[in-house]
Formats: sequence, C-alpha cells, structure tokens
Amino acid sequence: MGQPADANGPLKSIWSFFASVKLTVVLLLTLAATSVFGTLIPQMGSPDRYVAIYGAFTYRLFALLDLFDMYHSWWFELLLLLLAANIVICSVDRLSSVWKIVFVKKPRFKLSQFQKLSTRAQFAAKQDADRLKSAYGPYFAKHFHYSRIEPHEKGFCVFAEKGRWTRLGVYIVHLSVILLLIGGLVGSLLGFDGFVNVGEGVTVDRIRLRSSKGIQPLDFAIRCDDFTVTFYKSGAPKEYRSTLTILEKGRPVMKKDILVNHPLNYRGINIYQASYGTLAPQKFQLRFQDKASKMVFKKQAVIGRTIELPESRGSLLITKYSATASFRGHAIGEALVGRLTLKGHAPQPILLPLRFPSFDKMRGGAMVIAVDSYDPRYYTGLQVTRDPGVPIVYAGFIIIIAGCFITFFLSHQRICVQVIPKGKGAVVTVMGTSNKNKIGMPQKVSQLAKKLAKLKL
Amino acid sequence: MTSSSILSIVTFIYGLAAFLYLAAWVFKKPPAGQTAVWVSLAGLAGNLAGIALRWRESYQMGIGHAPLSNLYESLIFFACVLTLIYLVIDRRTGSHVIGVFTAPLAFLAMAYASLSPQVSNRIEPLIPALKSNWLIAHVITCFIGYSAFAVAFGLSIMYLIKNREAAAAQGGVLAARLPETAVLDELTHRMILFGFLFLTAGIITGAVWANSAWGKYWSWDPKETWSLITWFIYATLLHARLMRGWHGKRIAVLSLIGFTAVLFTYFGVNLLPGLHSYGAPG
Ligand code: HEM
Repeated sequence: MGQPADANGPLKSIWSFFASVKLTVVLLLTLAATSVFGTLIPQMGSPDRYVAIYGAFTYRLFALLDLFDMYHSWWFELLLLLLAANIVICSVDRLSSVWKIVFVKKPRFKLSQFQKLSTRAQFAAKQDADRLKSAYGPYFAKHFHYSRIEPHEKGFCVFAEKGRWTRLGVYIVHLSVILLLIGGLVGSLLGFDGFVNVGEGVTVDRIRLRSSKGIQPLDFAIRCDDFTVTFYKSGAPKEYRSTLTILEKGRPVMKKDILVNHPLNYRGINIYQASYGTLAPQKFQLRFQDKASKMVFKKQAVIGRTIELPESRGSLLITKYSATASFRGHAIGEALVGRLTLKGHAPQPILLPLRFPSFDKMRGGAMVIAVDSYDPRYYTGLQVTRDPGVPIVYAGFIIIIAGCFITFFLSHQRICVQVIPKGKGAVVTVMGTSNKNKIGMPQKVSQLAKKLAKLKL
Repeated sequence: MTSSSILSIVTFIYGLAAFLYLAAWVFKKPPAGQTAVWVSLAGLAGNLAGIALRWRESYQMGIGHAPLSNLYESLIFFACVLTLIYLVIDRRTGSHVIGVFTAPLAFLAMAYASLSPQVSNRIEPLIPALKSNWLIAHVITCFIGYSAFAVAFGLSIMYLIKNREAAAAQGGVLAARLPETAVLDELTHRMILFGFLFLTAGIITGAVWANSAWGKYWSWDPKETWSLITWFIYATLLHARLMRGWHGKRIAVLSLIGFTAVLFTYFGVNLLPGLHSYGAPG
C-alpha cells in the first residue's frame, strides 16, 4: 500500500492532498464553524415563520444555502464525505509503515541510539555480570512483551519493549469515526423516523414520517389499551405510561407498558413514549336538580345518544362536546351542546359548560342540568423508529473510547539496560524511550532501576 | 446543617484559596501557597460532603436520586472535579501557582450555583425523561471532561502570559514565577487528552440515553450540536499539534477557544431555540 509507486502528476497530488493533516485541520474547523449556523437558525420550521423572522430576501438566500435543514444539506454531507476520505487515505498512507514497526519478528535495537538519551538511571551492583544476566533474563521476559540479551564488550545489554501494539490505537480511533459515519448513513437510507397519536382503545397500523410527512405502513398494528399520566405535588410530570398491544393480523401477540426511557421493540421497530394529549371526552355524568323539590338525580350521558329525563319530563340529546364554547360572545370554555325536548314543548338548544354548574339556571326551567363529572380521555403520542445503523454506531462508540484510551494513556516503551563489569561487581545503566508521554518516562526508568537494584539474586 | 449551607460555605473556602494563591504569586509568599493547598483540600472535602449529604437528603425527602440532575448540582460537581484535578497536578508538579488560575474557576462555579437567582438549589423529583441511569453516566463523564478543559484553559492562560513576557524579553517577575512554557504546554496537552476522552464518552452516553428515551441517538438539537462543535475544536487541536509550526501559542489559543465552546454548550445554549434546555428535554 502507501502511495502508488509510479504515480506522479495528478493522482499523486490528489493522494497527498487527502493524506495531509492540514486538510484535517481545515475540515474539522469548517465543520465546527458551519455547525454553529444550524444552532442559531431554528431548523425545519415552516416557511411562513422564517419569512416573518428574516424577511423575504434573507429567507430566499438561506433557503438557497439549505440553511433551514443544514445538517442534511448537500454541502454539509460533502464536508463529512471529505473528512471520511481524508481519514481513510491518511490512515492507509501511514498504516503501512506503522504496520512494519508493529509486526516485526525481531525488533531492531541500537545501543548508540539509547546512549544519546538523557532519560537514564544508573546504579552499582555488587554481583558480577553473569549473576545479573541470569536474573535479568527471566525478569524482563516476565515484565515485558519482548526482550533479548546481547553480549556487549565485557558485559551485556538487555533490550526490552512493551506496548508496541498501542501504536495502532490511533487507527482504531479513525476506524471508529468511519463506522459512525457509515452507521449514520445506513440509518438514513434504510431506517425511518415517524410518530403516531393513538387514542385509548384505538388501533393503528400506519405512522406519519417526520421528515417527508409521508405515511409509513407497518407490518403489524399497535393498539393503545390505556394511557395514564401522573404528576408530582409540584405539578411536574412524574410518569407517562401507555399500555400497548401489538397485533398481527388482528391477533394480539405482545402486550407491554411503555414509559419514557423504556421503549418497546418489536421486529426491529422501536416504539417510544414521546407525548400525550387529551381527546374530547365521550361519557359524562349529568346532574339534574328539581327546582321545587331540590331533589337530585344523576344520569350518565353519551354523546349522540338520547336519554330520558328523570320523572319522565322529556328527553335530552347531547350532540357534541366543544372545547371552546361561547355564549353571547363570551368564551365559556369546555361545554356540552345538546337539544332538550320537554314533554309538550318543541325541542330547544341547551348549553352545559363544564366549569359553571349553575349556568343552566338561567334557562329558567323547572329542572337545572349540570355536568357532574366525566371520564378524561387521552391519546398517547408514540415515536416509532427503525434504525438498522444503530449496532454499527454503537460498535463505533465502544471502539472510539477504547481507541482514545489506548492512544492517550498507553505508549510504546523501549528499554535498554547496559551492564558493564567493574571490579567484582558491575555498573548498570537503564535507558528508556517511549513514543508518547515523554515527561512520564524518566520516572518509569528510575523506578525500573530501583527494582533491578533490589532484585533478589 | 443542610447540604446547601455546607456548599455555600465551600464557595467561600474556594474564594479564600483563590485569594491565597494570588497573594502567594504576586507577593512571592510560598507559605501562602502551601496554606492555599490545604484550604483547597478543605474545600474539596466540604464539596464532597455537601454532595453526599444532598444525596442523602433527597432520599429522606422520598425523592431519592443521585445529585446530578440539574444546573445547580452539575455546577457543584464541576467545582469538585476541577479542584480534584488541580490538586493532583499540584502534587505531581509541586507548583502551587497553577492554583491561581484554577481556584477562581471553582469559586466562580460555586458562587454562580449558590448565589444566582436563576439557579434553583431545590431538590426536585425527576421528570420522566431524566429517570435513567444514563443520566448519571452522562453528567459524570461530561463534567469530568469540562473540568479537565477548564484546567487546560487555566494552563493556557499561564502559557500565554509566560510566552508574552519571554517574547518581550523583559523577564517580568510574575511571569518568571510561572512554570516553564514547555511544562505548561505538555500539561495543557495532557489535560486536553484527558478531557477529550471524557467529552467523547459524554457525547456517547448522551446519545445512548437519547436513543433509549426518544428513539434517536442524534437529532442535531442545539445542545448536542454545540457539544459536537466543542469536540471538533479539540480534535482540531490534537491534529494541529502534528503540523509543523503549530505548537505552544497557537495550541494555547485553540484551547481558549475550545473552553469558550464548552461554556457556550453549558450556558449559552439555553438562550437558543431548542428542546434540550437543562433538564427539560422532550
Ligand atoms: C473526526 C475525525 C477525527 C478524529 C476524532 C481523530 C482523532 C484522533 C486522535 C484522538 C488522535 C490522537 C492524537 C494524539 O495522540 O495526540 C489522532 C491522531 C492522528 N490523526 Fe486523527 N482524527 C480524526 C481525523 C483525522 C483525519 C481526517 C486525518 C487525516 C489526515 C487524521 C490523521 C491523524 C494523524 C496522522 C494522527 C497522528 C498519528 C500518530 O500520532 O502517529 N485524523 N486522531
């Protein structure tokens, strides 16, 4: 690998353009700078709102530059693509030489190179060189990945090293960046992201996509059996819970309560609790009070169904529920609208505001009707997604952490111990170098020297 | 004593430490620097005790969650990690003067948490979106990263002071009492490596959490995007060091820019449109 041998001219210059760290710095800074726009300009809003904020000219300019959905714009994706090309070519370019360093059978050591180092520690040993040799051999074999002893003048040298493989850490990091980009691409090509609102008791088998606003049919149906929301005393929400049943061809196959942070996964599709809302209630408890006798009767009413009034005074039909009713121009909020037919009279309209129980007194009838209570009805807002890229992205997550740890905190350390006989004993010099963390190395070398000095012989 | 009152006292302890470091630096009084280290240690102990007590209080209130769920608690944790990192460096290098540039940051974080009317120190129960173990992993990793970047920020300022004095060749006394530029450069780099690892882990835990709560690991909301911008800036810095001529001063400037991005991710984003304002996603 490496750069093509016979390439000169355009191919070579393209290659070296993409292999350069300068390009990396430019790309990373450009990505950082352009990403800022998308946080200042609200993304994916409606055109009307943009025109209102920015005016027509700026709106058209921004729209031309795709600034309203910039993270999916062609130029942002081009930047990511250039970064990917940069990483791949740069890594390929260097990997061949690193590969040679990492996977050698017999690493090369040169005493003269170690002797140039200032990172050294020295001590005098009482034992002679042969004794030391027989002790150092096993010691280095045990504590280092590779070691060998070479005779030198009258004494000997131990060469040892460990962490050679940590030189590959950077490539692991770079590979993981590529995995993240691939995972994101797979997700956007093969996945979808939609939502659906399901009323209690309702079954749905299609969802609305977030980006295109299109409809995505599902291979199965989702029924919302129940939705509950609970609150803390402060009024903050405590729990949203939807009881869902998954149906295949009308047959229930799975039932589960989902909460925020506890989604349901069925056949690669994830269903998340995202929001909720109230639906028009359908069942009401009505309260009838006889003006004369003060007698109270309660009866259940359902929208669209006629009920008989107590004491056979006639009938009442609730035609609809209105969330924003008004009376003579005044907003009165939620109310039931209906038709009251008293015996021997023509039907008359009737309005029953939920919040004002004595409102019906105004009608002046013999019986005052009020809404006593009703069953709240909810719909649950579900986020429904499929993303086959997630395993790839998660793999990228794991190895980027591992790769950064290896690159930042581990290093390739090479040690040379020179033993020169002197009198009955010997002078031992420990020299060392590492490819990273150079300021930590002197300490490592002196610690090693101390250990060697204390070694039991 | 409640955790809030302990933590208010810690604010003043950190303030005192900052003052002592400054005095030791300006008036060349090494004993003041040594005292400042002990004061910092006392502050750290109080800080940890405050966090532990707050945790206990939340259980006594029947709410029961780790004290890492809102702006107040994250600032307290930030000051704690920042002071811890400083003390480790102090021990390794034996140079108290670094405290001049880190202790004020711990003090400011604590003062903002304790005194600002915008920061509530009430212990609140968790809203549904925050009921996740990923919250704890996310906050811990992010704030360890931010603290490391804060220390790198302090070191970079020291670098720039020292470097300017050296360039002017006038040998200012204050600059002379700072560590050598090579040492500062190396320490900054180590801190940024450490911070980068934890920022990466913080973004990842946030993504995994978002995926488990809302089904998307990334949605480009402003807070996420700003954390990525921060990540791009520090990645730029790591690579810029490999280019010829990009050492020392330029790296220090990039480190200042990076920390500005950290601050914006932390505070500024709440001013922008979006969903991620602290603790109220979804
Ligand atoms: C988002 C994208 C990238 C990330 C997160 C990333 C991450 C890293 C990290 C963490 C290091 C280790 C730095 C250190 O030890 O101080 C590194 C080193 C390096 N990166 Fe990248 N990198 C990215 C893109 C690139 C690209 C596009 C290139 C292409 C030129 C590149 C070339 C290098 C080189 C040459 C090294 C030094 C290797 C060595 O020390 O032998 N990186 N990168």
